[in-house]
Amino acid sequence: MDLHLTSAQSTAEERAAVDAELGPPDSSWQGGQRQASDTRAAFNDDQRVPRHRILPVLHSLQNRVGWISTGALNYVAVRMDLPPAEIYGVASFYGMFSLQPRPPVVAHVCDDIACFARGSDKLCTELEHRLGSAGSTCSGGRATWLRSQCLGLCERAPAMLVRSAGTQSHEGVLAPASAEAVHFLMNDAVAGRMPAEPDSFSIHTSVPQAATKDAAGQLRLLQRLSRSSSGHLEEYLRFDGYEGLRKSLDLGPEDTLRQLSASRLLGRGGAAFPTAKKWEALFLQRYLLREDSPRAHYVVCNADESEPGTFKDRILMEGDPFAVLEGMTIAAFVTGAKQGYIYLRGEYPLAAKRMQLAIDSAIQSRFLGNNIVGRGLNFNIEIRRGAGAYICGEETALFNSIEGFRGEPRNKPPFPTQSGLFRQPTAVNNVETLVNVPNIIREGGATYARLGTQDSTGTRLFCLCGHVARPGVYETAMGMTLRQLIDLAGGIAGGKTLQAVLLGGAAGAFVSPHELDTPLTFEGTRAIGATLGSGVVMLFDSTVDLRLILLRIASFFRHETCGQCVPCRVGVVRQQESLQRLTKAKPLGSTTEEIAVLREMAQAMRDASICGLGQTAASALESALRRWSLFS
Amino acid sequence: MSDRRAEIDQALDAPQPAIPVPRGPVPLTPPRLARPSVEIKIDGKSVSVAEGSTILDATKQLDIDTPTLCFIESLTPVNVCRVCVVELEGSRTLVPACSRKVEPNMSILTDSERVRLSRRLVLEFLASSVDLSTAPAMQEYMERYGAHPERFGTVCATLAQPVKIDNDLYVRDYGKCVLCYKCVEACGVDAQNTFAIAVAGRGFSAHIATEFDVPLPDSACVYCGNCIGVCPTGALMFKSEYDMRQAGTWDETRQTQTDTICPYCGVGCELTVHEQEGRIVRVTSPLHHSVTHGNLCIKGRFGWQFVQIQPAGQKD
Ligand SMILES: Cc1cc2nc3c(=O)[nH]c(=O)nc-3n(C[C@H](O)[C@H](O)[C@H](O)COP(=O)(O)O)c2cc1C
Ligand code: SF4
Ligand code: SF4
Ligand code: FES
Ligand code: FES
Repeated sequence: MDLHLTSAQSTAEERAAVDAELGPPDSSWQGGQRQASDTRAAFNDDQRVPRHRILPVLHSLQNRVGWISTGALNYVAVRMDLPPAEIYGVASFYGMFSLQPRPPVVAHVCDDIACFARGSDKLCTELEHRLGSAGSTCSGGRATWLRSQCLGLCERAPAMLVRSAGTQSHEGVLAPASAEAVHFLMNDAVAGRMPAEPDSFSIHTSVPQAATKDAAGQLRLLQRLSRSSSGHLEEYLRFDGYEGLRKSLDLGPEDTLRQLSASRLLGRGGAAFPTAKKWEALFLQRYLLREDSPRAHYVVCNADESEPGTFKDRILMEGDPFAVLEGMTIAAFVTGAKQGYIYLRGEYPLAAKRMQLAIDSAIQSRFLGNNIVGRGLNFNIEIRRGAGAYICGEETALFNSIEGFRGEPRNKPPFPTQSGLFRQPTAVNNVETLVNVPNIIREGGATYARLGTQDSTGTRLFCLCGHVARPGVYETAMGMTLRQLIDLAGGIAGGKTLQAVLLGGAAGAFVSPHELDTPLTFEGTRAIGATLGSGVVMLFDSTVDLRLILLRIASFFRHETCGQCVPCRVGVVRQQESLQRLTKAKPLGSTTEEIAVLREMAQAMRDASICGLGQTAASALESALRRWSLFS
Repeated sequence: MSDRRAEIDQALDAPQPAIPVPRGPVPLTPPRLARPSVEIKIDGKSVSVAEGSTILDATKQLDIDTPTLCFIESLTPVNVCRVCVVELEGSRTLVPACSRKVEPNMSILTDSERVRLSRRLVLEFLASSVDLSTAPAMQEYMERYGAHPERFGTVCATLAQPVKIDNDLYVRDYGKCVLCYKCVEACGVDAQNTFAIAVAGRGFSAHIATEFDVPLPDSACVYCGNCIGVCPTGALMFKSEYDMRQAGTWDETRQTQTDTICPYCGVGCELTVHEQEGRIVRVTSPLHHSVTHGNLCIKGRFGWQFVQIQPAGQKD
């Protein structure tokens, strides 16, 4: 198109970063050197860089240069034939991209609720003393530190992630972190001495059940991971790996679907939708797929895990990456998808690395690509990394994000099974949901359904964090009570008294110590007005000021709303302001009046917002108001 | 079939025009297929509307006034303002009337407690964060739903900011912007295909921007002014109107509107010329005009200063 650009020029470094992702430009029309043939060139749409490459390109710029300048943006515009205002709109949506100059080394220190319970405020205060306030530069202008939302490392709180931009960019994780260690790591990063591996995976820290012999025997989702978490294909194959896919290929898509249906598996991403129904919708549209039509089906793995307190998907991807791939491949076989995407949270460097290695070796061993295991199935998987936007975990926002648009949710209907990624029928599933699938097919749906309760079958992963003695991911058959689960994790840390449990994350609900006998099932939690959500079980002992936790949650939503619809965009701001007043005991009018306004706002957000974020942004607060009088 | 034949024959028998046209079958527009209708219930009343209509279309048929803000017939619905929400039986949340298509047997409430509460809160949220003084329709709705934005206090976050005046044709006062996305759509694929502006940032700081918020003259803007044409709040305003408002001379009761055809090119866009005290103060185009759908180019929209320049020595 006819682009209008400002006069800002890109640097060689910036062009190299973009070209690393897109390859060198073909002509001066695409930002290359002018050559004689350019005057006789004809272009058509096929030669255009597809818009969905925009996020990888922006990542490449951020990783190499540390920020995205006007000149760099102009070069991206020319290379991709996209208006600069559009690219700016996309880039400015994501927290990870800096549109102002920033030092190459940035430490992101989590001050979210689970880390708060484990001393992140002290850590941040110490960092302020050592390095100056958050956002100020240190290490001779080469580094800075920032406060961050939950980094999904809550079992090792307080957590920190460091990124270092450059020709050799690095990411590294430090958890648990001390101010001294953070400072040390930042200096190392500035000096170019980052460890090769971004993080280490320790089964004993992250999956405490693996240590106890009899518990480990009952694990299913975590079974293989507790025996070997190297992420190698040979290991995977040694422990029943790809048996589910083989069985599925023998059964055919229809019977595979029957098994899945018999398992009554409900999605683990939060909405608890029957997985078989989702896949069946695509299965029924398979007859419309023809070689010569542009119609396609897609399988998407939602690995954007950003709900504060959630880290189970990260552990599955780090410790058992092939199980995710196998689940997706079975999904492809049933739904007729040829292409799959894993939308992986940007803050998960080790998971990204291990998933990519797994994809590469699966392709090599013919578990992905053309003619999978010699059975005529063709399926490829690409990883797309998120860029610091919680909302992109919402399925339709996720599609927009992959497609290269702002990660704003779409209105539903139409649902993803009718119009999803690239407006084609799409099956989108959570990581844990997909990891359940190979087991279900291998053992039969009915066998699986015998685990758990009538309405909540199978096992479930719970993310225990906060003031719990042994934080980590726990797997239990559905139906175990909250009390039993907490006991399994060693009870309250330091033998203190329990004040509250947050179930389901920031979008979930608080429950009180009187409700510990609630069975952890979809129906059990619903009965007490709570939710399993993403499996978060966050404990707070009596030393915690719950008002501060509520305020932090409100700040989280204020930071993470996409800003598209009015009830959520303004509602989350007014909610946070109101909580601030209440916490300072300076309500507008009386406390009762202020709380009445909060309740009205909550109802409007729940009723009138476009997506789940706005609809649940007040639920933790409402659950707390129902249980305690915190502000009188 | 035979009806159609007769129609064609009739057309062939039509009197010869002065300028002869080649004789032969005259292509006729194919007859419209009647769209099947869908039966739904609104506030207890049955109504039958064409398939593919929205709930908003259906409420119009019953003369129910549904407030809208981000909706306009000429652009793709973005359903973001949520002021039009209605209660749909069986739905967990309220649904936007402007974009939700009717389905058989839907049962809808347009004035229930839940609907009134959400509409009121949406209006309060807006009025507490942006300046709605040049959006009279919103003032009316606020009265209807009893909205009291002042109950959020005086120290709440707002979008108040200096007016952007960076060219002679129009000003941008984003302190009035409700982020309805209309201007972005009009600048993009829905009308102009210029893509000078987009939504940038996220959350409460989301805003309409050129790349890196550069001034309009540095951007791709072609000054068609189609964004002004669709802006519901006066955030985008003719410089002429803005100056008069600043001077306190803007008075719509003293204005006349004259429809005419743009003299510049052969497209034939319809112009509505707004005049006050013998001077053109702004130019719009009717939304429902088949040529423009409300859109114009820089010449039709802004190129009328010559009318007001008196050649030397000529009197009124
Ligand atoms: C604000 C928001 C964030 C979400 N984040 C995630 C997420 O990080 N991971 C996830 O699997 N689902 C997330 N979801 C739920 C997805 O929209 C979707 O329901 C889920 O991916 C479907 O997979 P499942 O059927 O396997 O659960 C989120 C939903 C909302 C509203
Ligand atoms: S509810 Fe919030 S996050 Fe969801 S679309 Fe609306 S503004 Fe965006
Ligand atoms: S400037 Fe006007 S048209 Fe554009 S988003 Fe704001 S209110 Fe809507
Ligand atoms: S990593 Fe800090 S709260 Fe999750
Ligand atoms: S008019 Fe329907 S959502 Fe704005």
